[in-house]
Parts: sequence; structure tokens; C-alpha cells
Amino acid sequence: MSTTIEPTVRVETTRRQPMPPRERLETIFHVDGLDAIYSGKPAVKDVTMEVYKNLVTAIIGPSGCGKSTYIRCFNRMNDLIPGFTQTGTIRYHGQDISGSNIDPVAVRRNIGMVFQRPNPFPKSIHDNVAWGLKVLGMRDDLDERIERALTRAALWDEVKDRLKASALSLSGGQQQRLCIARAIAVEPDVVLMDEPASALDPIATQAIESLMHDLKSEYTFVIVTHNMQQAARVADMTAFFSISQGDEGQRWGELIEYDATEKIFTAPSDKRTEDYVTGRFG
Amino acid sequence: MTALDLTDATRRPFTGRRVRFGDVALQVVAGAAAAAATVLVGLIIWKVIDGARPAISHYGLHFVWRIAWNPVLGREVYGAGSFLFGTAITSLFALCLAAPLAMGIALFLSELAPRGVRAPVTALVETLAAVPSVVIGLWGILVLGPALRTNIESWLHSAFGFIPLFGDPSQAGASIFTAIIVLTIMILPIVSSISRELFLGVPPELKEGALALGTTRWEMVRGVVFPYARGGIAAALILGLGRAVGEAIAVTQVIGGGVFIHANLFGGGDTLASKIAASYQGSSTNLQTASLVYLGLILLVFSLLANISAQLIVRRVARRHGITRGGHA
Amino acid sequence: MSAQGLTGPGLRLDRLPRRRRVNRLMEGLAWLAAAIAIAILGVVVFSVAQKGASELNLNLLTKPPIQFSLTNAPQGLANAFAGTLVIVGLATAMALPVGILVAVYLNEFAPASIRNGVSMALDILNGVPAIVIGIFVFGLLVVGSGQSGLKGAFALSCLMLPLVARATMEVLALVPNSLREAGLGLGVPQWRTTLSIVLPQTVGGIVTGTVLAVARVAGETAPLLFTSSLVGTQTSWNPYHALQTVPVAIFELSESPDPADHARAWAAALVLLVFILIASLGGRWLATRSRTKMLAR
Repeated sequence: MSTTIEPTVRVETTRRQPMPPRERLETIFHVDGLDAIYSGKPAVKDVTMEVYKNLVTAIIGPSGCGKSTYIRCFNRMNDLIPGFTQTGTIRYHGQDISGSNIDPVAVRRNIGMVFQRPNPFPKSIHDNVAWGLKVLGMRDDLDERIERALTRAALWDEVKDRLKASALSLSGGQQQRLCIARAIAVEPDVVLMDEPASALDPIATQAIESLMHDLKSEYTFVIVTHNMQQAARVADMTAFFSISQGDEGQRWGELIEYDATEKIFTAPSDKRTEDYVTGRFG
Repeated sequence: MTALDLTDATRRPFTGRRVRFGDVALQVVAGAAAAAATVLVGLIIWKVIDGARPAISHYGLHFVWRIAWNPVLGREVYGAGSFLFGTAITSLFALCLAAPLAMGIALFLSELAPRGVRAPVTALVETLAAVPSVVIGLWGILVLGPALRTNIESWLHSAFGFIPLFGDPSQAGASIFTAIIVLTIMILPIVSSISRELFLGVPPELKEGALALGTTRWEMVRGVVFPYARGGIAAALILGLGRAVGEAIAVTQVIGGGVFIHANLFGGGDTLASKIAASYQGSSTNLQTASLVYLGLILLVFSLLANISAQLIVRRVARRHGITRGGHA
Repeated sequence: MSAQGLTGPGLRLDRLPRRRRVNRLMEGLAWLAAAIAIAILGVVVFSVAQKGASELNLNLLTKPPIQFSLTNAPQGLANAFAGTLVIVGLATAMALPVGILVAVYLNEFAPASIRNGVSMALDILNGVPAIVIGIFVFGLLVVGSGQSGLKGAFALSCLMLPLVARATMEVLALVPNSLREAGLGLGVPQWRTTLSIVLPQTVGGIVTGTVLAVARVAGETAPLLFTSSLVGTQTSWNPYHALQTVPVAIFELSESPDPADHARAWAAALVLLVFILIASLGGRWLATRSRTKMLAR
């Protein structure tokens, strides 16, 4: 497609900082020919892309295109699902983390995750953040680490007087920010977010988006979202996945296009991308 | 369209409310059955108290801790003390042995076992519960007891005999020690199967949240699964304890009998339940019979307490976790 | 499964080897616990099978025991097997209808408070030790009038009642309300709907529950000690007399010093165990099968 389309999605460029030029981007993940298969049925096929450090990368696409499955490959969470196999490679800082000789515990130590529905532990707010720190051996300056994590998750002011209260007494948006605090407290390298705001109201959503924006200088974010506007607001790079069909009716997800967000939303190269972002389908 | 024939009895419009005989009959009969079941519990309690009455009026509450049991006519004296001690020792030790084993089995079946292995192993553990106590007792006195005697009791006695616990080994394997092992085997299935269901009931998103932080499986179990299941495990342990306390047959077959309290694990003794079972041939006097029923009353009180407290815990836990689940705004 | 890999600048891998070792130790202990449980079951079943098989022959079932036998005349435990059949059969006949009715009442008619109360009573009944049930029936029925198979059956039925009632309640709850509404909507009165439409749906679950309850009480000794244990050696099918039963026979033989008695005890235990295991495993298999069927509907 050579013509620029009139976007039906307004791309907010004001809030987002401009991306550094391509040459200065550092690759953190190199995905090569990745297939994700549940009990013989492929969910995602042949994905090749690079994720860059200190950017927010969004994965968008219609439901059922395997976005969640894809992102869970990065921290080996799919290992928990019986019958799951994976071919191809994901290189993290040059090392293939999809191999069976790699300890998933070590992978997850460095690549954290926030889930679609907030899942705080049934402990106090303080202990939710403290538990991971203690188990992973980061007990020094525990209280400071907790305060720092909660501040960065934009939750500190709201909970600083009731750290001993149960985490379940918080609202949904607060719980999700607590989960973010819990994830970043252990100082991961990358934070994966699987539709983190889909269960939340717009105000809570906005808080989380600001958070990503403020923290991306220290972490790399990969976010799955079904909300195009969110991707447009928050992401530097966007990967569009769509559903392909086989002859016998099997369906799987494929990476259609991956580029700077602005380009995806204003001048996509693939017609399917264009159809999706203009709302013609999906 | 032909008009509806309103003289047809099945279509007659009903004026006023008609109470059908059949409905009332079924409700009354079924209700009577339910009432009977409830009354049965009360009847049991009452009849046991009634049967123990001669001993209660003769000895009062002192019976519970008096250490004596002499049926010889003219010098009759009865008391539950040594059997209470026997029950406490055997059941508590059995619980201490069974609890970690049961937790291990439950963790294995809920977290670690490969998919194909789970169902068969679960069935096998439950099968252990199906073996009748008299068969376990038979195996206990003819196989386990002698084996423990030759292999473990004599070794422990020679190595640690200075500790009163490891006194003279039993004659043929009938000892408190054997009874403890037998009880451990018998309560293992119930504690492990309740715990297994508790562990399986932990919401997967909690477990994923812990693992995503980069913790090992054991750390996740310790930090998320155990705390979540804590109440239910307490109930399971109480139920296991109740089961151990109430077991009469297998214990009486292997425990060797005895009235006096002593520290030697390898000596004989009796529990409340085993004493009653050992005396089924009949007792010589009314007082003895009443004393035996008094033992049963103590047993009944304990098992009621255990049962009700386990139920209360389960109810409280269910409520708390119900609230947890619905809390996502 | 090996734990390696991941090296790199800025990556956090502190204390990982030690944590991995602890994890592996704990996992090993869990495997060990499961192995111990299976081993125990294996040893018990193997002992019974091995020792029982050598003495197992038709005499066991057909010949009565001979008291003070000085010869090697064939003897068996015919009276015990007959007695068990009679007593367990009678116990089932007593517990089954009452259990079903209790379940029907609780599930179809009772307000929540009564349902909770009676449920709790059933759970308490389930938790009463069998030996206490024995004393109870002894005091209620045996004192003054003597033992009988019927009284033993009553004691067993007290143990069976909560099991049958609970199993029936579970299946009744699985019957969809739409079925009840369909019946009532046709103008069929409630009692008829319950008996002809709802209950037939539950037959599978009731059968399963009964089989499991039978498996449970067939091996029960304690309640019978006080209600049906003072017996002679003839084989009797008359429930008005005290009847010998297999568990009580095993119990008595196990206490005897005579090894020939032990051998017969093993053989009887083998027969009992086989019966109970078949009933127990079969009942469980039936349960999972009927539950999947009901949920798939």
C-alpha cells in the first residue's frame, strides 16, 4: 500500500516521546520462526521479530489470534500447560530461552509478567510486594524497596497508611497496580503485560498507561492489548497478529506486520493490517 | 378450532388451592425419614449416656483420669486414665507421622505427578482407605508386628535403650509402637485425599502470579498453596485425628493390652476404643459394663468435638475463599 | 529438566543453585511419600494374597468351623459367609429406603435451615466411631433380649445411612431444575414428578452410593462385636439369631494362637478384600462415569 490512509484511530503523538532512531535501538528479544502448539494444534505460527530494549511494544489483533499464547512464550509460562510445545527460537540477550535445558525459573526471574485479571496474593499489601523480594533474596532495605516499587506503580500514596491491610480490600485498579509493583519490585529486565487493563475502568487504565510511559527508561515492556487506541497511545512499536485458516478449517495466529506504531496506524503495508486498524474487521 | 372440553377432569380449572394428598404424603414420609436420621444422633448420645450412668453416678468425673482397671470381684475399680493416655499417645504420634506423608502425597498428586500417573495413584491411595480395619489388624499382628520387633524395636532398644521410650521390645510385635504405625497407615488416606482436593482448589492465577516472579515450585507451594489451604488442612488433620481415636479393631489386634501407664513404646497398652473392643465377650458385672460404656461416652464426646470443629473450620474457610473469588472489581 | 543456561550482564540469578537444590529435595520427598503409600498398599495386598491363596479352597465357603478339632477334618467358615450375606443384605434393605427419603426431603422439600441442620446431623452420624455405634445398639436393643443378626444389621445400617443419603443428595442436585419444571408445567403433581421423573434420573448415583456403602460395612467388625458375635458353628440364615460374620471371624481367628486358625483368617481376609476392592473400585468407576454423563447433559 503506497497511499496514506485516513486513520479512524487518532494516533496521539503528543504524549508519546519520539522513538530513538533505528540504529540506536538495542535488541532484547530476537524471535525466529516461533511456533506455539497446544497438543498438536498450532496457536501461533512462524513468528519472526525483534523486540527492542526500553521501548513499549504492543501486540494487537483480533481475539483468538494467539496474542496471549505468544507473549507467554517469552517467560515460559506456557510450560505450565500440559501438551504445550514450541519450535523455533527466542533469543534473549543472545541466548535461546526456549530450549529445554534452560531453567524457566531463571527466565521468569528476569522477565516478569502482569496478568489480565489482577491476582494479588491473599496477604497484606506489604507482604504481596515483600514475599517475592524475600524469597528471591533481596531482603536488604526491604521497606525501601517496597516503597519504591509502590511509588513507581503509582500506588504508594493510596496505600502508605494501610500497608498491613489485605490486598483484597483494594479496588480492581489498585490491585492491578499492586501486581505491577510486585512485578517490578524484584527488578526484572522485561515486564510482559497480558491485557493488563482489560478488566479495569478508564481511569485505572490511564494510570497504568502513564506508568508504562514513566518506567520504560528502566524496563522493557511488551503489552498485549485488544484495544487499538491503547496501543496507539502507549506503544512505540506495534505488532499486528491475525488469524489464518487452513484447508481443514484449523485456525492459527500469524504475525502480519510489525513496525513503529505510527506507521502501523497511519500507513500500514499490509491490507489486513489496514482493515483491522480502520475497524473494517476485527 | 374445537372448544376445550372443560368437563374433562384433567383440564378442570382449579378454584381455590387444592392440596394434593400425594404431595403431603411424600413430604410427610420423607420428612419423617429426615427426622429419624436426626433423632438417631440424639438417640445415640442419650443411650450412651444412659448406659454409662451407673458408672457415672458411682465415680463421677474422676473416672476420666483415674488410672485403674480391675475387674476382680470384691476389688473392682475402674477408670479411663490409662486408656486416655493410650489414645493420646497412639493417635497423636500417628498424626505426626501421617501428616507430613499425607502432605507429600497430596503435593505429589496435585503438582508434581505426570498427567497419566495422577488418576491411578489417586485411586491407589483411596484403595488403602477401603481395606477393612480387621484385615489391616490381621496383617499388623502377623506380619508388621513381628517385622518391627526384629528389625526396628530391638535395634532401637540396643542403640537408645537408655531413653525410657525405647524399653524392652515386645514379645511378638504387639505393642504401642505397632499400633502407632497401624494407625498412621489408616489415617493416611483421609488426610491426603482432603489435602489433595484443597491443593487442587487453589486458584491457578495465584500460582501463576507466584511463578511469574521467578520462584521455584516449592517456593510457590510454601508461599501461596499452603497459606491458602491452611484452614482446610487443619480440618483434615482434625478428621484424621478423630479417625485414629475411634479406631478400635486394628488397634486392639496389635496393641498388646495393658492397664498401666508406662513410657515404653514397645510395651503394651490400650486405648479407649481398643479396651472396649477387647471386652466384647461380656463383662462380669453391671459396673464393669457401665464403665466400658463410660469409656465409649468419652470417645463419643471427643469424636463429636472433632467432627463439629472440622465442620466449622470448613464452613469458615469456604466463606473466606468465596469472598476472595468475587473480589475482582 | 536440567537447570542451566541463562548467563548475561545485568541478569539476576542470585542464590539460584541453592534454591534449585531445595526445590529438588522437596519434590523428591513428595515422590517418596507417594511411593511409600503405594508400597504400603502393595505390601498389605501382597501379604493377604500370598498367605490367603495357599489356604483358599472351596471348603472355606462351604464347610462350617469345627470347634476343638483334633483331626485334620476339613473346616471352613461357611457360617461366617452366610451370616455376612444376610446381615449386609438386611442392613442395605434398612438403610437404602431411609437414605433415599432423607435425600429427597432435603433436596426437594426442606428449607435451607432444616437442610443445613439435618446435613450436619448426617455428617455427625458419619463421624461416630463404629465401636460407639456398637455400644449404642447394644444398649438399645441387645441388653435384656440378646444378640441377633437383625440387630447387627441395624447397627450396620446406621453406618450406611449417611453414605447413601449423601450420595443420593449429590445426584439429586445434579438433576437440572428444568426437568422438574417440565413435569410440574405439564400439571403433574410434585410427588409424582419427584418419584417418576426426578428419581429415575438418579438411579445410577444411588446404585453407586449403595455399592460404596456396602463396601464400607462389609468389612466392619466393631458394631457386630456387640450385636452378633456370640455364635455357634452351624451355618444359619436366620436373622433372629446371632450370626457369625466374616470380619468377626477374622478378628477372632487373628487373636488365636493356633497357626491353622491364622491360615483360615488369611484366606477369609483374601475373599473379603477381593470383594471389597471390587465393590470399592467398581463403585468409584461407576461414580465418575455417571457424573460425566450427568454433566454432559
